[in-house]
Amino acid sequence: MSRLIRMDQTGHTTLAEWTAGDAEAVERAVAEFRAQLELGYYGMVSTGEGHAEQVRELPLDAELVIMRLPISGG
Amino acid sequence: MAAEPLPEVAAVYWRPRVDARRLARRERWWTAYSFAHVGPFLGIAALLMALQPLAFPLAAICVAHAVLIPMLYASRGANVVRSKATGTEAAQARALGLLGDLVGHDARELHARTGLVLERGELGVWLVGPAGAILVRPGGRRADCWCVRVAEPDIPPADRIAHLLLALRADEAGFATVSNLAFSGAVRRVRGRIPREMRPALDAAAKAAR
Repeated sequence: MSRLIRMDQTGHTTLAEWTAGDAEAVERAVAEFRAQLELGYYGMVSTGEGHAEQVRELPLDAELVIMRLPISGG
Repeated sequence: MAAEPLPEVAAVYWRPRVDARRLARRERWWTAYSFAHVGPFLGIAALLMALQPLAFPLAAICVAHAVLIPMLYASRGANVVRSKATGTEAAQARALGLLGDLVGHDARELHARTGLVLERGELGVWLVGPAGAILVRPGGRRADCWCVRVAEPDIPPADRIAHLLLALRADEAGFATVSNLAFSGAVRRVRGRIPREMRPALDAAAKAAR
């Protein structure tokens, strides 16, 4: 089961869960992912120890996709 | 480390992208800048004592300035890892679960003790806190203190760290480009000014950077 989560005031919120074979769940997850991008979040996936990658499309094979907010110099 | 630059870099388009060479040059500037603050005061103190030993009080004030100014800069650097509590306890507990999934056992244990996450990078060893990061450079003697944050005010500290950690892992040079360099100097100068409970994290980073 793959998960799309967003880091927010609650710690994090699970926005969607899907498996590759469930077309309806995939469609919902993709729509949710795009909606979060529209809100200004960035999609991130871990790509091994100490590595992460920003994604512009929902990677359906990823176990966990994390939406984060932009950072800036303080 | 990066396949694609951090999108936030576009917001600071005027900054040259940080790399090891540019960072070393900025560090040399910091050293020269510090010396420019300290040197004249020490010189005046020495001159006063040479000309008139009775001017000792004035010379002492000059020496105090020479000591205090670098201390203030180091304190500014140490401030990048100090942060106010944000979010609720329940949110922090939930965020800690996610952060724990992102880091290994040792980093998780160090974070539990110190509030900082140790992350190895190409520029050195990073200590990531909720509102900034300290980069211990290879050799373990110099620390660069970076001010960088998530603008949203109610996000719990562990989530703030996770935000910074993911950005750092995606594009280390971009992360350093977006961040503001608050201080660069000897690790020991920073160590004396960060909260006591964070010092083991700095010691671990310095050890890892050697």
